[in-house]
Amino acid sequence: MIRIENLSKTFTLHNQGSAVIPVMAKAHLSVAPGECVALTGSSGAGKSTLMRMIYGNYLAAAGSIHIGETDIVTATPREILRLRRHTLGYVSQFLRVVPRVPTREVVAEPLLVTGTGRQDAFARAESLLARLNIPERLWSLSPTTFSGGEQQRVNIARGFAYDYPALLLDEPTASLDAQNRETVLRLIEEARDRGAAIVGIFHDEAARERLCDREVDVTAFRPERAA
Amino acid sequence: MKDMSVQDRPLLRVEGLTKFYGGRIGCEGVGFDLWPGEVMGIVGESGSGKTTLLNCLAGHLAPDAGRVLFDLDGEAVDTVTMSEPARRKLGRTDWAFVHQHAADGLRMNVSAGGNVGERLMAVGARHYGDIRASALDWIERVEIPGDRIDDRPTAFSGGMRQRLQIARNLVTGPRLVFMDEPTGGLDVSVQARLLDLLRGLVREMGLSAIIVTHDLAVVRLLADRLMVMKDGHVVETGLTDQVLDDPQHGYTQLLVSSVLQV
Repeated sequence: MIRIENLSKTFTLHNQGSAVIPVMAKAHLSVAPGECVALTGSSGAGKSTLMRMIYGNYLAAAGSIHIGETDIVTATPREILRLRRHTLGYVSQFLRVVPRVPTREVVAEPLLVTGTGRQDAFARAESLLARLNIPERLWSLSPTTFSGGEQQRVNIARGFAYDYPALLLDEPTASLDAQNRETVLRLIEEARDRGAAIVGIFHDEAARERLCDREVDVTAFRPERAA
Repeated sequence: MKDMSVQDRPLLRVEGLTKFYGGRIGCEGVGFDLWPGEVMGIVGESGSGKTTLLNCLAGHLAPDAGRVLFDLDGEAVDTVTMSEPARRKLGRTDWAFVHQHAADGLRMNVSAGGNVGERLMAVGARHYGDIRASALDWIERVEIPGDRIDDRPTAFSGGMRQRLQIARNLVTGPRLVFMDEPTGGLDVSVQARLLDLLRGLVREMGLSAIIVTHDLAVVRLLADRLMVMKDGHVVETGLTDQVLDDPQHGYTQLLVSSVLQV
């Protein structure tokens, strides 16, 4: 489902003497449907960089990233938008929403944009919010004023609302209490068991053990190693 | 709601659009496709040519070269060379233009209801009761209390005027909306309300939009794609989050790194 070949990445800082910083070279990764792979490596090793490249946030210098049939590296913005709508989900660490939009709608949005009716979309959103212990009285309010932990759980609910065939998870269990952590782990297991290909960053070692089939140390993709 | 992304024709195709002011470049060689349901942001500092470009696209300024092809019933029609009456008709039906200053897009001495109804009458609506009902519906959709329908916009706050301008523009169900700094000059809380409203309308009506702004936070929330302009030229284009998170051009890097973090 996810196939990365010979991927490399450089940053060029035009306003700092046009410094060219190679950060990744010859990265390879392949994730099958129903498989969960953890990216490991110390802070700064390039885990998030790789995730952002898979999602199309960062441009690759060379190589390919196939999600199904689409190569993110050469795809047009329109193709990537369609892929993100129907195929590729991303649970980031931070919730970014239009102010004033009610939580229920924030969570239902990935369903609404893919054509699910309002009633079904809201029902799914509400069941996820309930599972993640977001009190019902908050559902009609914008999450912008919620606590950090509540925002994180709203973000997770939103990320799991639609059944994406491929899923990227950036520290989904960070700073959750035991009960909510367990819920999130179950959501990930359910996604994996229905056949989603999952790539995740988990500092939570026990979560990694429980969920992941393999670990890939991104340190191996450092340019100085690959050269 | 149907998924607008599966249509196989761009709504707007722009090729080599160029405008000079004497010897000075307004914008030069601009080309892009806009697809149904897509929102494109144009950013750049003052004088970068973004407003000139928007005015050329919307037919308010005559470009010196280039084509602006709009999909009319499956046929790509060049709006630059079409007759003035045909372009005016487009401006009342399929196109809408939201000005930065609401006073430029409203008739300030006509009631709120009249402002919205006028655009309906321009496309042939004649039944007073229907026009008033539509106007009231739209005034309430943009969160202006219905009992203000007979007030003139001169009695409205800046945020209300801007929402009224949007109601006036969208009442005829356009397919493409041009917006020039739609949140400029408004308080942040009022901006948020307007952003929420625009986002909802874009999705519910399947609108395409081109938004000129210098506010990167606005484009991050509203725009699917981004075009960065400098000195009349497009220096970078791409997915909005990609351009903002991994800018490739020196000018874009400067622009992104100059934003104060909130």
